[in-house]
Amino acid sequence: MAPPSPPAPLPPAGRARSQRRVPWRRRRSSPSRPALRARRLRAPHGRDCIPRRAPRPAALRPSMRRARRGAARGGCPRMPPRQREPRRGPGAPPRPAPPAATRPAALALVTLLSFASRFHRLREPPHVCWDETHFGKMGSYYINRTFFFDVHPPLGKMLIGLAGYLSGYDGTFPFQKPGDRYEQHNYVGMRGFCAFLGSCLVPFAYLTVLELSKSLPAALLTAFILIFDTGCITLSQYILLDPILMFFLMGAVLSMVKCNSCADRPFSASWWFWLSLTGVSLAGAMGVKFVGLFVVLLVGLNTIYDLWDLLGNLSLSLVMFGKHLLARVLCLIFLPLALYTAMFAVHFAVLNRSGPGDGFFSSAFQSQLIGNNLHNVSVPEHLAYGSVVTMKNLRMAGGYLHSHWHLYPEGVGARQQQVTAYLHKDLNNLWIIKKHDSDTDLSDPSSPVEFVRHGDIIRLEHKETSRNLHSHQHEAPLTRKHFQVTGYGINGTGDSNDFWRIEVVGRRTGQLIKVLRSQVRLTHVATGCVLGSSGKTLPKWGWEQVEVTCTPYLKETPNSLWNFEDHINPKLPNISLDVLKPSFAEILLESHMVMIRGNSGLKPKDNEVTSKPWHWPINYQGLRFSGVNETDYRVYLLGNPVIWWLNLVTIGLYLLITVATAVALKRGVQLTSELKELSRVVLHAGGQITLGWLLHYLPFFMMGRVLYFHHYFPAMLFSSMLTGITWDALLKFCAGFLSPSTTARKVYGGGFLALVLLILYSFYLFHPLSYGMIGPMASHPSSPMAGLRWMDSWEF
Amino acid sequence: MLGFLKEPVVVTAKINVSLVALTVMGLMSRLWRLCYPRAVVFDEVYYGQFVSLYMKRIFFVDDSGPPFGHMLLALGGYLGGFDGNFLWNRIGAEYSINVPVWTLRLLPALAGALCVPLAYQILAELHFSHCAALGAALLILLENSLITQSRFMLLESILIFFILLAVLSYLKFYNLQKHSSFSGSWWFWLLLTGVACSCAVGVKYMGLFTYMLLLATAGLHFWHMIGDQNLSNVCSTCLFCCFPCLGDVELSLFFQVSLLCHFLARALALIIIPMGLYLSFFYVHLALLYRSGPHDQIMTSAFQASLEGGLARITQGQPLEVAYGSQITLRNVLGKPMQCWLHSHTNTYPIRYENGRGSSHQQQVTCYPFKDVNNWWIVKDPGMQQLVVSNPPRPVRHGHIVQLVHGITTRYLNTHDVAAPLSPHSQEVSCYIDYNISMPAQNLWRVEIVNRESDTDVWKTILSEVRFVHVNTSAVLKLSGASLPEWGYRQLEVVGEKLSKGYHQSMLWNVEEHRYGKSQEQKEREVELHSPTQMDISKNLSFMAKFTELQWKILTLKNEDTEHKYSSSALDWITMDTNIAYWLHPTSGAQIHLLGNVATWASANAAALLYLCLSLWYLLRRRRRIYDIPEDAWQLWMAAGGICGGGWAVNYLPFFLMEKTLFLYHYLPAVTFQILLIPVVLQHLSDHLCRSVLLKSMFSALVVAWFSWVYFVYCTFSPLTYGQPALAPAELRALRWKDTWNILIRKQ
Repeated sequence: MAPPSPPAPLPPAGRARSQRRVPWRRRRSSPSRPALRARRLRAPHGRDCIPRRAPRPAALRPSMRRARRGAARGGCPRMPPRQREPRRGPGAPPRPAPPAATRPAALALVTLLSFASRFHRLREPPHVCWDETHFGKMGSYYINRTFFFDVHPPLGKMLIGLAGYLSGYDGTFPFQKPGDRYEQHNYVGMRGFCAFLGSCLVPFAYLTVLELSKSLPAALLTAFILIFDTGCITLSQYILLDPILMFFLMGAVLSMVKCNSCADRPFSASWWFWLSLTGVSLAGAMGVKFVGLFVVLLVGLNTIYDLWDLLGNLSLSLVMFGKHLLARVLCLIFLPLALYTAMFAVHFAVLNRSGPGDGFFSSAFQSQLIGNNLHNVSVPEHLAYGSVVTMKNLRMAGGYLHSHWHLYPEGVGARQQQVTAYLHKDLNNLWIIKKHDSDTDLSDPSSPVEFVRHGDIIRLEHKETSRNLHSHQHEAPLTRKHFQVTGYGINGTGDSNDFWRIEVVGRRTGQLIKVLRSQVRLTHVATGCVLGSSGKTLPKWGWEQVEVTCTPYLKETPNSLWNFEDHINPKLPNISLDVLKPSFAEILLESHMVMIRGNSGLKPKDNEVTSKPWHWPINYQGLRFSGVNETDYRVYLLGNPVIWWLNLVTIGLYLLITVATAVALKRGVQLTSELKELSRVVLHAGGQITLGWLLHYLPFFMMGRVLYFHHYFPAMLFSSMLTGITWDALLKFCAGFLSPSTTARKVYGGGFLALVLLILYSFYLFHPLSYGMIGPMASHPSSPMAGLRWMDSWEF
Repeated sequence: MLGFLKEPVVVTAKINVSLVALTVMGLMSRLWRLCYPRAVVFDEVYYGQFVSLYMKRIFFVDDSGPPFGHMLLALGGYLGGFDGNFLWNRIGAEYSINVPVWTLRLLPALAGALCVPLAYQILAELHFSHCAALGAALLILLENSLITQSRFMLLESILIFFILLAVLSYLKFYNLQKHSSFSGSWWFWLLLTGVACSCAVGVKYMGLFTYMLLLATAGLHFWHMIGDQNLSNVCSTCLFCCFPCLGDVELSLFFQVSLLCHFLARALALIIIPMGLYLSFFYVHLALLYRSGPHDQIMTSAFQASLEGGLARITQGQPLEVAYGSQITLRNVLGKPMQCWLHSHTNTYPIRYENGRGSSHQQQVTCYPFKDVNNWWIVKDPGMQQLVVSNPPRPVRHGHIVQLVHGITTRYLNTHDVAAPLSPHSQEVSCYIDYNISMPAQNLWRVEIVNRESDTDVWKTILSEVRFVHVNTSAVLKLSGASLPEWGYRQLEVVGEKLSKGYHQSMLWNVEEHRYGKSQEQKEREVELHSPTQMDISKNLSFMAKFTELQWKILTLKNEDTEHKYSSSALDWITMDTNIAYWLHPTSGAQIHLLGNVATWASANAAALLYLCLSLWYLLRRRRRIYDIPEDAWQLWMAAGGICGGGWAVNYLPFFLMEKTLFLYHYLPAVTFQILLIPVVLQHLSDHLCRSVLLKSMFSALVVAWFSWVYFVYCTFSPLTYGQPALAPAELRALRWKDTWNILIRKQ
């Protein structure tokens, strides 16, 4: 598209010098152009910059373009204005910016306060609180290198484990249940690590809002909200995944915003830095919990918008656009993917011992774990007639096909021998594979070996009881629409209902069947149904083992797939299972399948009281972290109600303001330049944050799994940032109506101060929620929380 | 005055013959031998029972959707004089002589037939050529799956009809907008949009997707109106003509007022009226169904009491206010897994459970799903000994402390710090037996009325939902949902929940049967308990209360996950990897399948893909200021894509998020929109990409060839669509174009 451009001239020397002369320019990473312009008019040194605005045609001349790039390469932090969408430049404050020194000081102040509030009474209570029992335990597993299963990706727990390891925790505390005393075990390291990450949220939010709104008060308001929110404090003080998740999440948002404001000097060092930091944070967020996907979505949408913007900029050649695209693909897709994969690699490398999570994974995977009974065993590779085998169901935590000397009770299908799925190793799990038509003794060493092939019709004889695996058109004991599976026949002689066709998933006729690796389906020849495990537990007559049925619905689910685990055949040479070990890609895929299935398996039961997403923003109900009775040390996770309700009101307020502003702009109402800046902040900065809030909140309405109050906290971060931005804009707008600037400043300052005081006072009232309460419950007048139980649903 | 005498009266009529012809063909294709087969076909077995219940005026709840669709089907039965006497128990069962099959199937068939002219008009309103519109109508006409679905007592064709009607009326309205706002026809089409939307939603909740799409479109159009500064507008121009002296400011003010008019008109027609109509469906539903029946047990006692012949018969004339000495039965409000009443009997908890845990060995307290004399409890004042109601009765209020005495055994409801049999984290609830083992009775309960209006409310029969909070341990009486083993006669477990997390319906109880106890002696009381209650006051719920409850039940009632032989996943639908066998002739090989026209489905997919790619291409090029097609053609392209492609997306993509059992017929609304996209893409290709005359004529020839292919496929599969003629096994095998199709072949 673009004509070949002439060699880049050097930037005009005077310009470069003029920029160096303005002292505050370097210090702030990037005040936007309009802001700069506004300030330049006032700054004594900025005079020579003003004329730069004039020679700017709509379609820039190539030489200009090159000049700008040259300037960028020359380390010029600021670029001449460019015809871009206004979003790049959030507004300027209506009055001169505060002196340069206040910003680092303010940042230092909020950081200090944040750390102080999170580390205060960190050791209390000295017993296991709430989900510490899970995540602390998982940290110990990493230290002990024991394999476990969790529905979340590993990074968070790995970091907890690392923190524990570095701080001298030896991984011996059992973390059995909430309330267990830590005694001599060193738990403070892990708590401290989480608290550290939790404390970082406040400066992150502060910087994000500062970057977006260019307003110190807005940033301070956000910071105060987060510092003094009891919920955020409580959630940061324990060994939980949430502070880690939120740390990466806010890190991604901050770097995204920083990167956006570097957009006027693309490919500079700081641009690359922030872009790749965004990618790293995304990988971190995804690696802690799948909820991190929402922030990936936020960054993705922002990037698409950004690229769309660049594409519409005709002064940018397509080659340049390609570079932009490539840089983003590299930093926001490939880098996070690589990191994400790497953390799984570390996860599987660290956890190499058999542990409580083995059963969730396939046999092939288990053979990798030291201490598992499949580790280092050697079995014949291909299945042959006469082999003695065990079959494992592929559903999560599926059992082995099992039978025993007990009949189905009267009234439950035909009165034949039970066939179940059993989760443990047992002699009754052994089956012999036989041909359907011949009954020759295959154990005779002289007979030739004949392999079982895909599509063969076989018979499975139970080794202990010599009955055949059998099915018929009686309804199954629990799943009424399926057929019953029984053991039938005497000494291996049954009828034609004992014939099963063996099929391997994704294979062609005639191929051999591998131990461990082949996923096998057994189709009943007479009725066409498929052998499966329903996952339901049989009543006492079935020894509470799992029901096995023959399902007439031919859907491919793991319920109806099996693999062969043990395999005994003296006529075949044994091979080491290492040959069959899955590749890293397969392990990765499998662990994700297991995690997803585990997640969707967390369904609330009918009569269980669960938290609903609409409860969360109104702070309807908290979570009991520790303690129930009057004598206990009680910690209750609940947001500071004043702050949360302020946030809630602000969301409504923000929507009103946005609609009003958007309609006014659409109607072409003439705004003063100050109002224009305000509307930009509200629409663009606020819009980005609102999008983040929506993305982190709305999806929960569609989730079927069990939800908890603490799921709202990422959204709450966005909501707090929105509060900062909105109130700042609103106060400025109100102050703008008052003509004498002193009155305006008073109104603005007064409003701001009132909000901060309100927050401080409410924190003073509610701080026992996070720092612990002892004594009578809130209903009792002598309680420290007396009179503060504003909603009946709060339980303190 | 008498002007009409001077001039002849002339009526000029313009008839679009092709439209009429299309309608006639549509009717022929859908109504041909409608009575065949005279047997229950697929989901007729499901909807038929509701038609029967309508005919008998018996109340029912169907969780699959709102009642308007069922009512329309019932209207067919009403027109045919159906008395409702047919047992809908099996697919394939022959209809008895009293079932008016033709009228029952008539309405869906008519709706299906009218979709053909609607498709024609939609494309015409989108400003596409007559040819394209004709093509769209013919594709809909020859779509086997739509024909099959229209010819039986099913709801999809009605839904699609209302969806298309809504789209068409919105387009008509929008086209009128430009030159004649607020005219009669403008209002007509605007209102019709709202009405059709609410009918679509009223038939099935799926209609909501199209409604949302239209709302979004209307919102977008209105947003453009806001931005349009030069919009000539009736109000403002009139005013400006009348008062030319008005300045700019006033003009803009008036302009905004008229914008407001526009906004209000849209809000009225697209939001208020649909909501009102939706309510009216429920009003008619509840007005029609006034008798009690098998479904009313899932409703609350108050609702049941409002039905004729149900609970009303029992509870008629009970005293309203529960007083000390009242004899009551307590029903759990949740009603899951089944409705049940607080119950006790002389058996005790086993000393040791199977898992070795111990119990208190006191008398069992359970929740029992049947009416029984052991469900009776007496409310007693802890401070007094008497078990009869004093004169005047002393009503129990919110916050009062009571004891609950089991009527037959005279033991007190009790809970203590012993783990419940199946929920070890909760407390066991028992009727207290004093074994002299230093385990004192803890039988005081605080009555908390949850739906109270003030803190001094009286506990009312049926209406009040009550929590019982144990005074000593602050545990709450709760139905755990588990069913006890053999020793508890498989009745439901009742526990004291210590961590009372919020309000859950399983903790709420309401009084269902109630009378004032009169007999002091135990013997007399037993006789009294066995005798039926009889008194007379009727309790009427307001319509809104009934509506709220019914709506809530419809939305939350969940059938347990049912596997179905013909269920499919949303991904199978695009390629039509699945079919549904609707009916099989008992002896011959004649059968009916829900099976789309393969040619149409494949072309629709291709069209959608092509549309997407072309749009993306144009969009990216336009962003670089390269305009491949003229602006108006671009607008047309976007509008058609927004309606047809958007309609496909909103009716299809949400199914990926749903967890219910899905069937191929759920895809039919989406595929209808997708089919409309074919002529759009074809015309665009011929107008803008075939630049030369030769190319154009070649393209036309290709289109004709393709169309004959579509017709050929239609003819090939029509035996499976109409169920006749019966095909031989070999012919059936030849029709099995995909391995995944399930075509039934009789074994010889």
